[in-house]
Amino acid sequence: MSNKRTLVVIGNGMVGQNFLVSLMASDIKDKYDVITFCEEPLPAYDRVHLSEYFSGKSAAELSLVEDGFFENNGITIYLADKATIIDRANKTVFSEQGKVIAYDKLVLATGSNAFIPPIPGKDRENCIAYRTIDDLDAMKEAAKTSKVGAVVGGGLLGLEAAKALQDLDLVTHVVQFGPRLMSAQLDDGGAGLLKQKIEELGVSVLIDKNTIKIVDGDVCKHKMMFSDGTELETDLILYSAGIRPRDDLAALCGLKIANRGGVIIDDHCLTSDEDIYAIGECASWNDQTFGLVAPGYAMARTVVNQLAGGDAFFTGADMSTKLKLNGVDVASIGDPHASAPGSLVYTYQNGVQGIYKRLVVSKDNKLLLGAVLVGDASGYPILSQYYLNAIDLPSNPDSLILPARSDASVGLGPDALPASAQICSCFDVTKGAICSSIEGGCTTLGGLKSDTKAGTGCGGCVPLLKSVLDCELEKAGFEVNTDICEHFSYTRQDLYNLVMVEEIKTFKELLTRHGAGSGCEICKQTIGSILASHWNEYVLKEDHLGLQDTNDTFLANMQKDGTYSVVPRMTGGEVTPEGLIAIGQIAKKYGLYTKVTGGQRVDMFGARVDQLPLIWQELIDAGFESGHAYGKSLRTVKSCVGSTWCRYGIDDSVGLAVELENRYKGLRSPHKIKFAVSGCTRECAEAQSKDIGIIAVEGGWNLYVCGNGGMKPRHGDLFATNLDKTTLIKYIDRVLTFYIQTANRMQRTSVWMENMEGGLDYLKSVVIDDKLAICQQLESQMQRVVDTYQCEWKTTIADESKVKRFRHFVNSDKHDENIIFVEERGQVRPANIEERELLKAEIA
Amino acid sequence: MSKWIDVCNVNDLQQNSGVCALVEGKQVAIFYMADNSIYAINNYDPFGKVHVLSRGMIGDIKGEPMVSSPLYKQHFSLKTGVCFEDENVNVASYGVRIQGDRVEVNLNGAAK
Repeated sequence: MSNKRTLVVIGNGMVGQNFLVSLMASDIKDKYDVITFCEEPLPAYDRVHLSEYFSGKSAAELSLVEDGFFENNGITIYLADKATIIDRANKTVFSEQGKVIAYDKLVLATGSNAFIPPIPGKDRENCIAYRTIDDLDAMKEAAKTSKVGAVVGGGLLGLEAAKALQDLDLVTHVVQFGPRLMSAQLDDGGAGLLKQKIEELGVSVLIDKNTIKIVDGDVCKHKMMFSDGTELETDLILYSAGIRPRDDLAALCGLKIANRGGVIIDDHCLTSDEDIYAIGECASWNDQTFGLVAPGYAMARTVVNQLAGGDAFFTGADMSTKLKLNGVDVASIGDPHASAPGSLVYTYQNGVQGIYKRLVVSKDNKLLLGAVLVGDASGYPILSQYYLNAIDLPSNPDSLILPARSDASVGLGPDALPASAQICSCFDVTKGAICSSIEGGCTTLGGLKSDTKAGTGCGGCVPLLKSVLDCELEKAGFEVNTDICEHFSYTRQDLYNLVMVEEIKTFKELLTRHGAGSGCEICKQTIGSILASHWNEYVLKEDHLGLQDTNDTFLANMQKDGTYSVVPRMTGGEVTPEGLIAIGQIAKKYGLYTKVTGGQRVDMFGARVDQLPLIWQELIDAGFESGHAYGKSLRTVKSCVGSTWCRYGIDDSVGLAVELENRYKGLRSPHKIKFAVSGCTRECAEAQSKDIGIIAVEGGWNLYVCGNGGMKPRHGDLFATNLDKTTLIKYIDRVLTFYIQTANRMQRTSVWMENMEGGLDYLKSVVIDDKLAICQQLESQMQRVVDTYQCEWKTTIADESKVKRFRHFVNSDKHDENIIFVEERGQVRPANIEERELLKAEIA
Repeated sequence: MSKWIDVCNVNDLQQNSGVCALVEGKQVAIFYMADNSIYAINNYDPFGKVHVLSRGMIGDIKGEPMVSSPLYKQHFSLKTGVCFEDENVNVASYGVRIQGDRVEVNLNGAAK
């Protein structure tokens, strides 16, 4: 026999479950055998978001119980069983299903019932309370034969119910007994705007309607008759006219019940029996009942604390609330009705945007007593902090609800909040708790949520949570991490400067001096690129080989099937007939697929890694050199045919393109670089969509920079006009070197420009006016690259040890037998997976 | 059964890089790290569905040696073959050692 004491929890709704979770997270979890009764067939679910059941959420998704919660914590739950008698003298609970359980301590969490007004005809068919998932299922069923639905009650839950009816495609009416919607939370102004907004969403709102009876309808199933003589026809009626505490079980066993309903509890949440607690909507504290979850959760925490021997008190609860009702933001804080004597009111109304805000402040204008926000509830987190922590208001409290004008931003920075400030009211998380979690190393919103639970209830505090996080991180000196990876705490630009200033020539040296670990594909490629840009050594040199991505390692472009494509350079898109014939013969010999690229050259696909040196030997013999299509480097200089042939050409665009491509070929850079040269302003080469674009005009060459096609097209910026060729090349040298030295990893010139402080004017001042006095360095750096150009393929095939690497197997001359082609439109293409399987099966 | 199979000479390896060996019909990617350690995993890239992992770049993630797929850049642990991005995906890892100037692979060898 266990010597544990027995704790029985009657009711497994939101509050009952919250109590169990709090208990299991406490030190006393092992002191009790816990047994709980749940009259519904499903354990606790999220009643607050019940209407989401109709917008697609399943019962499982609404569940508040983690998988295995009861089993893992050794809690016995009796589903679909209801406690019917409490024998206080013998401390025993009896259930409907015949369970008899002796308890040491008992917690009542029986919740509430929907209040159904005593209207004659209220129990007619398809007249349903809106409270439980069973109710929702009944409602769904009833909706199948209904066209019109009415909700009795225009409170919070009633408006949720109206959304549910709309989601079921019914013509929807809300029937409110009183003069305004959400009468507890809103004043007339706020409620009026809410009514208008809800009507705009297609829900009709009837106010001041006292239903006197429900009878057979003429058109619909029912007719609701109102005291003012009007009537409403509807097929389905939902009751959401408030709640009544479920205190019958408590009353039956003689516990004291409040006059207005609810089991009376003291500040410890104890009922009139010292072994029985009551929490949530069934409890009455100070003659008040609470129909929101946050106070229920606060009571649950109080009881856990009491059981653990603590002296926590329930001190009432903040009834502030913020929600989105059918897409309309609504928030209410404290006492929105200005019922305190002498309280003052500020109101802001914006009929154009549909915004209403009301502040209720103390008569000395110092403290916030209440607020109403409709249409824009973004101020809720700040206002509720003023309210909850009794923070002194600014001298003009209305600045808190007036729209921000240019200079007037009166916010309450999270820094101004005391550590005791409650940020999340659902889980009672203070700013202090959040800060200590951040100090403990939690630096993300997601991390904070799982660490502290803040923001995981209603979610209303998430923006404030985020600003606390940001503020604390900023104070702690965190910045956006610009380190390229875990091995180097530097930006690419920092690394470039280190390479340049310290004259570092290998990755190993840089890693030893400034890095950690052994590197990864990010830092290796970045630094490999920087070293290649700056020193321009052969990229397959022993020191550099491991820094190259597979494309650079094999000097070809890997395709999806693991084969490569081969692109010889055709400067300016110019190729001789002999060249074309050679390419045709080589492609034919090796069975390659050929296609003309957008960069005006020919791409040959489907080469196995072992074929690459053979193919290149033949290409080099035919006079070709590497096209660097595999590198983050200069790709092509596209051109139109220009003045040599074209009737309209102003200058020799092909000639210039060939010259430029020969000058910059092999130049490694943060990302690929494309040029184009057009012979006149007809712009047939599309130069304005290139990193460097040149257009011939009567006075010389116009230079455009930082254009891009591709995913995010950008028109190049006109950088300088009417340039002679010498100046043009000087400017291009400078722009490109400056780009290479300062851009981020994998940043095209277009993005580099967009992120440059000062933009085009700044770049002009650096390149044209030499503002930084670096132009000479930029030019000489480029000249070094130009002077040290080599065709990487020529170097590679001349070195037997390098050629050796182009084998699929280090220990066999076999090929990868998984590379299989099929034919399409007269050429090969990679077999897709099904074809591969089929063909392999045939061969086998 | 533990069986070491001779594959190639140490000179056939390239430091900081990988090679692929054919071992009893299996494609084995062998990686020779900067610190002279050596690892072997299957050459098949389960994402790209082709045999190319030996051509990926190597390095470490928080000290764990890894190769980055040359196709879609997922990272695989060289010790266990497990994918860093999706622990449900892994490639086989094999035993590999250097004996004198020879490299040997053990297809049943436990991962390091």
